Amino acid sequence: MWGHATGQNQAQDGQAQSQTGYQGLRAPYAAFDDWLRAENPARLRRKQQEAEEIFRLTGITFNVYGRAEAAERLIPFDIIPRIIGGREWGRLAKGIEQRVRAINAFLHDIYHRQEIIRAGRLPVEMVARNAAFLPQMVGVSPPGGVFTHIVGIDLVRTGEDNFYVLEDNARTPSGVSYMLENRETMLQMFPELFSRNRVQPVSHYPKALHRSLAACAPAATRGDPVVAVLTPGIFNSAYYEHSFLADKMGIELVEGHDLRVVDGRVAMRTTQGYQPIDVLYRRVDDDFLDPMNFNPDSALGIPGIFDVYRAGGITIANAPGTGIADDKAIYSYMPDIVEFYTGEQAILQNVPTWRCSEADALSHVLDNLADLVVKEVHGSGGYGMLIGPTSSKRELAEFRDKLCAKPDNYIAQPTLALSTVPIFTNAGLAPRHVDLRPYVLVSPEGVTITPGGLTRVALKKGSLVVNSSQGGGTKDTWVLDE
Amino acid sequence: MTLLGKTAGGLYWMFRYLERSENTARLVEAGQRIALTRSRSDDEWLSVLQTASSLGSYRDKYKAVTKDNAIDWMLRDRDNRSSVLSVVEGARNNARLVRTALTREVWESVNESWMVLKDAMERRVNERDLPAVLTLIRHRAAHVRGAMAGTMLRNDIYNFARIGTFIERADNTARILDVKYYVLLPSAMAVGSSLDNVQWETILRSVSAEGGFRLTYGQTIRPREIAQFLILDKRMPRSLAFCAEKLTDNLGYLCAGYGSRSRAAELTEALVAGRLAQPIDTIFESGLHEFIQDFLHDIGVIGAQCEVDYRHNE
Repeated sequence: MWGHATGQNQAQDGQAQSQTGYQGLRAPYAAFDDWLRAENPARLRRKQQEAEEIFRLTGITFNVYGRAEAAERLIPFDIIPRIIGGREWGRLAKGIEQRVRAINAFLHDIYHRQEIIRAGRLPVEMVARNAAFLPQMVGVSPPGGVFTHIVGIDLVRTGEDNFYVLEDNARTPSGVSYMLENRETMLQMFPELFSRNRVQPVSHYPKALHRSLAACAPAATRGDPVVAVLTPGIFNSAYYEHSFLADKMGIELVEGHDLRVVDGRVAMRTTQGYQPIDVLYRRVDDDFLDPMNFNPDSALGIPGIFDVYRAGGITIANAPGTGIADDKAIYSYMPDIVEFYTGEQAILQNVPTWRCSEADALSHVLDNLADLVVKEVHGSGGYGMLIGPTSSKRELAEFRDKLCAKPDNYIAQPTLALSTVPIFTNAGLAPRHVDLRPYVLVSPEGVTITPGGLTRVALKKGSLVVNSSQGGGTKDTWVLDE
Repeated sequence: MTLLGKTAGGLYWMFRYLERSENTARLVEAGQRIALTRSRSDDEWLSVLQTASSLGSYRDKYKAVTKDNAIDWMLRDRDNRSSVLSVVEGARNNARLVRTALTREVWESVNESWMVLKDAMERRVNERDLPAVLTLIRHRAAHVRGAMAGTMLRNDIYNFARIGTFIERADNTARILDVKYYVLLPSAMAVGSSLDNVQWETILRSVSAEGGFRLTYGQTIRPREIAQFLILDKRMPRSLAFCAEKLTDNLGYLCAGYGSRSRAAELTEALVAGRLAQPIDTIFESGLHEFIQDFLHDIGVIGAQCEVDYRHNE
């Protein structure tokens, strides 16, 4: 995440003022604030430690790439919840649903008739020259017509009812296990808070996910759909989440070597022989799905699964090739995409984006580099980006060279005046920047959005980067009943 | 409900490793006991390393067998694939692999064991702390077992876990007997010699059987009765007969649940009805050492057959 207004004081969510009090507190925080004022800071410090112990015992860790195998880390958890009012959430949810429906329609179109290109609303090279476009998917209609079964929309707020979409995650959005475990931990540590505040529950997510996946079962299914989660294995950074979701859904957690194609179906090796799978919730990238159809060097995939998929023998969630929809260059067209497929104005705002591939835009970006955020089109995780206002002259100069060498590879956006929320520190409460990733499920039965989502917080003072790989933490996110 | 072959294999190894952590702690405990009561104890550490089947790899690292190095090797050396730290980590990695097959209680118990033991054995354990560390290892194993008994469904998942436990335990008890068999032989019996008494006690101690033996046979220790107790007594939870009987049960439950017989179950039944049905005198007559060697071979074959029957690997 990024976005920053230099020298401004933001107080939309609530800004820390003294040990216990805030000024400019938003209404949803009122009851929480009463509770907090009556709390003993020493007890809260103990609770903060207790939270860490709970996470460690539960094993909610992520593996850090490029380090020794023992390097399992905890994502820091902050005990102060982020609170959103029910009415505000209602509006936000409408915007999210609209956007997700548009993304699905876009994906179907882009792999079929490409009406949006014919209509002149999207330049053909955005697709033709895009590495995220998967030619093997042309003409494929996934079961139930769903391409993105699970979507995460990254949002930031700049003011009351003022949310911007930073990024769409239409491939394999992660982090939902933190949303669920954060809530469990808060319920365990502060039960009294949940009697005082009417917080909308999130615990039904795994059940909703299972139902949503099962509703997309292929025609080949006999009886109740068999659903499984596909993981790259225990050393993957998100393995905890994969096993957590499989466990909560009561389904098998499989790796590529547990699967093979048997009689035109993808089947898993059980103690009693091979058994077909109907729906595969895969947490591996397209490249590692099928060495026969995609990356031939992958040791992770299932040879031939894509052929079974095309023949309607299995549902893969999310569908291969969905990356074309969350590509950062495509992002800049999202307002048009929403309008084209829904016939409505986009409810959620897009951050204005300059596509450095265009000459005019590039020269604007080069002239204003120190005020902008520049990102790689295919980057993720907060790596390889420039945050103009916090960069040194040398960093700016170096980035300028990279940008000029490969302008197609970059987009640029203005910094936003981001709101802050309080976090708990040893010196009392302190304001920090956050983003929000709500989780959205799509099936022929409809769109389901879990109230809230994952709030990621930049723990370092003044920092705008919330990624866990870059020192970010998480918070419980409350949506109050209206 | 289906169970992945890989998961069955992960459960099997998870519980083998957990059982091994406890057994290794017991071996070290028995070795230390001898070291404290006799002046020359290095021979004893040699036989401890032999029992743990790791004398060869120990010698790759150290020239001489000394107490301190032997203890460190057995407890915390990562080069020793059967050191307590190695197997606790192995158990925990397998638990992560089969996380969906475990209850939250069992998973947390294993995970906590790994955290606590890694912490306790971060540095070389000095003599003063050794008893507490050994106790901690046994307590942690008991904790996992308790979580298991109290929360897991009695289904195929449970059976694979138990099969791992009893294969490992049978193997361990047999190895102890294999290394010490000569002190149990009638020919070597120097009646009442203090040397033999210590050896006999060590054998019983290595399988936590001093109390049980006393209850059954009284104060006097006789080698024939030790052999009877550790090989054939079905009341003794670490005896070969007990482990084999439990294996028969758990493999039998699997067959019943899946509705098909397995080769591993047949082999186990044959072991119980054949080798283990002989009286102890016959075993002595036809050779204690050969008997134990044959038993170790049988147990290895049954474990391997179980992996094949239930598709643990491709």
